[in-house]
Amino acid sequence: MQRRNLGTCLAGLVLAAQAALADVNVPAVYLRQEVDLPPTLSNLDPVPGDLGEIGARLGLADNMTTGSFLGQSYALEVISIPVGGDLIASARNALEQSPFLILDAPASDQLTVADLPEAQSALLFNASSADMNLRGEDCRSNLFHTLPSYQMRSDALMQFARFKKWESLPLVAGTHPQDKAFAEALRQSAAKFGLRIEGEKSWVFDADMRRNASQEVPLFTQDFGDYDILLIADELHDFGRYIAYNTWQPRPVAGSEGLVPTAWAPVVEQWGAAQLQSRFHDLAARPMHPQDYAAWAAMRSIGEAVTRTNSDDPAVLRAFILSEKFELAGFKGRPLSFRSWNGQLRQPIPLVTPRALVAQAPLEGYLHQRNELDTLGLDEPESACEAFR
Amino acid sequence: MLRSLPLLSLLVLSEPAMAAEIWVTNEKDDTISVIDIASLEVVRTIPTGERPRGITFSKDFSRVYICASDSDTVQVMDPETGKILHDLPSGEDPEQFVLHPNDRHLYIANEDDAVTTVVDTETRSVIAQINVGIEPEGMAVSPDGKIAITTSETTNMAHWIDTETRQLFANTLVDSRPRHAEFTAGGSELWVSSEIGGTITVFDTGTQTEKGKIEFEVQGVHPDRVQPVGFEFTADEKTAFVALGPSNHVAVVNAETLEVEDYILVGRRVWHMAFSPDKSLLFTTNGVSGDVTVIDVAKREAIKSIKVGRFPWGAALRP
Repeated sequence: MQRRNLGTCLAGLVLAAQAALADVNVPAVYLRQEVDLPPTLSNLDPVPGDLGEIGARLGLADNMTTGSFLGQSYALEVISIPVGGDLIASARNALEQSPFLILDAPASDQLTVADLPEAQSALLFNASSADMNLRGEDCRSNLFHTLPSYQMRSDALMQFARFKKWESLPLVAGTHPQDKAFAEALRQSAAKFGLRIEGEKSWVFDADMRRNASQEVPLFTQDFGDYDILLIADELHDFGRYIAYNTWQPRPVAGSEGLVPTAWAPVVEQWGAAQLQSRFHDLAARPMHPQDYAAWAAMRSIGEAVTRTNSDDPAVLRAFILSEKFELAGFKGRPLSFRSWNGQLRQPIPLVTPRALVAQAPLEGYLHQRNELDTLGLDEPESACEAFR
Repeated sequence: MLRSLPLLSLLVLSEPAMAAEIWVTNEKDDTISVIDIASLEVVRTIPTGERPRGITFSKDFSRVYICASDSDTVQVMDPETGKILHDLPSGEDPEQFVLHPNDRHLYIANEDDAVTTVVDTETRSVIAQINVGIEPEGMAVSPDGKIAITTSETTNMAHWIDTETRQLFANTLVDSRPRHAEFTAGGSELWVSSEIGGTITVFDTGTQTEKGKIEFEVQGVHPDRVQPVGFEFTADEKTAFVALGPSNHVAVVNAETLEVEDYILVGRRVWHMAFSPDKSLLFTTNGVSGDVTVIDVAKREAIKSIKVGRFPWGAALRP
């Protein structure tokens, strides 16, 4: 009797599933504008050619598994535009195929894509740029952000510095736009948490530090006097690696090197993260980087919204993603969600060394009336983003 | 008066032979801590394979099965001697399992493989592998043995397995990161906890439809940190005790009204639990603080914490 009931149920469910779910197809495009990276002093850590892309592929695999039980299908195409290639034509081509784009491109190129007439009803995810203006005055209502901003990372570091009572923090910054942007974020975060950036220097050496870091860096850091921790803004990882242990004062370094606030790192293993790391490693044969995590989170956000709404309509998905019902299990110990005022994915920020997770922001004691994760990055009152209002 | 003392000590001495124990797996120590329920002390520490998590005894308690996740095996141990009798093929990364009422088939969640493996403990062979969602974890089997459940953490589903055909016959969505499943009310209800969603979903077993949802609210703890994981029912099945992970509390839930009646403060990152034989005491594993909290079930209060190994995970009663 029981057995027959099961069989009937099964048939009923399958029929219902086919009737209700047959039409949900979710293609997505990973759109990459290739860029020339300036040379760095060391070649120890080359930027993987498939950075970000494999994260999206892992998100696709996760979505497809869920979809297989619900009759929903997913696909991913990768379009890579060479340096000097036709971004607009490629973006139009991508938007013809899908309203769901994951963007791996500089901030200005992302705005170009977001402003195309064809993109107005699309759902775009920035998985590569930490630029603060993209989340502020230059925000676009069709552009979401899964990579944390520079300021989310710098706030995380300053929360930790405050907690450790490291109050005097000199800064060494590189000259690339990314270095300057992170340095500016560090300054703003220091002010936000009542800390002092005391002494700033720009890294303009053109010597090869592998040979003479031990001679140059002590002198370079001597006139900082006494301090608690040395901040380094070197987002392209050019000179920063040669500063630790060579400073005049025996003090730790943090920022782009040393203690690093980041979206993701191989040392994140709690909260089930070990499973995500091992799934990624099986697919990529290399560790998972922050951009891989951001692309994974973008694909999974689309997937989570499709699962819960049973829709492939970008307008329906956008509304759901911005609603209180949306929550993404992102292996960082708390549900992740999107900020309704600028489309940024709220997320804890791990503070890591190459060998261990040191802490994870928000740190205990940083309270917020809405969500403790909003102590990291641009909060609603200070947001200059109008497009989401 | 004095004369009665030897008799008393004789009684005390004779007790350990029949004393009940709680067996706790220590995920990051590769050991089991054995807690004597009478003295509430650790009386034995037994080495296991790597990263022991799920633990369960055979019906007659002559064998104990242990998921040694990083050794990719289920170990079968003689609980008297603590010796490993043999390993069972388990599929990759076994995390949690459930023993079928037939005392023979183990249903194992292979966390890294998106598979549920069914192992025959007598022939020591895999008899089926069933594709399920990403990161399967919670495992349950109905009291009549006809339905097995696997929950998948990233796919966010309860997968319903017909144990005769070993095929899925239903897949039901739950909130984010389902962790644990139990049948109750004579098998007519299935409860599934969702760690990140912060809820327990109650299903009607006959129709596999949702009939209720339990939400939790611990004063002074942000809702994001209230993360239900393991749970157990009292003997009359009228009350459920629910471990709430990093909120460091256990909730007491009225299983009929689905209302939370109480919250009990325990150790840090409370995970799974097991009752004493008469269900008067409840033992919770607290991963981060590395201890076990003993709860007086009638009074609904913590009465002792017992230090065990690093990251205690599973708990099982040996009466």
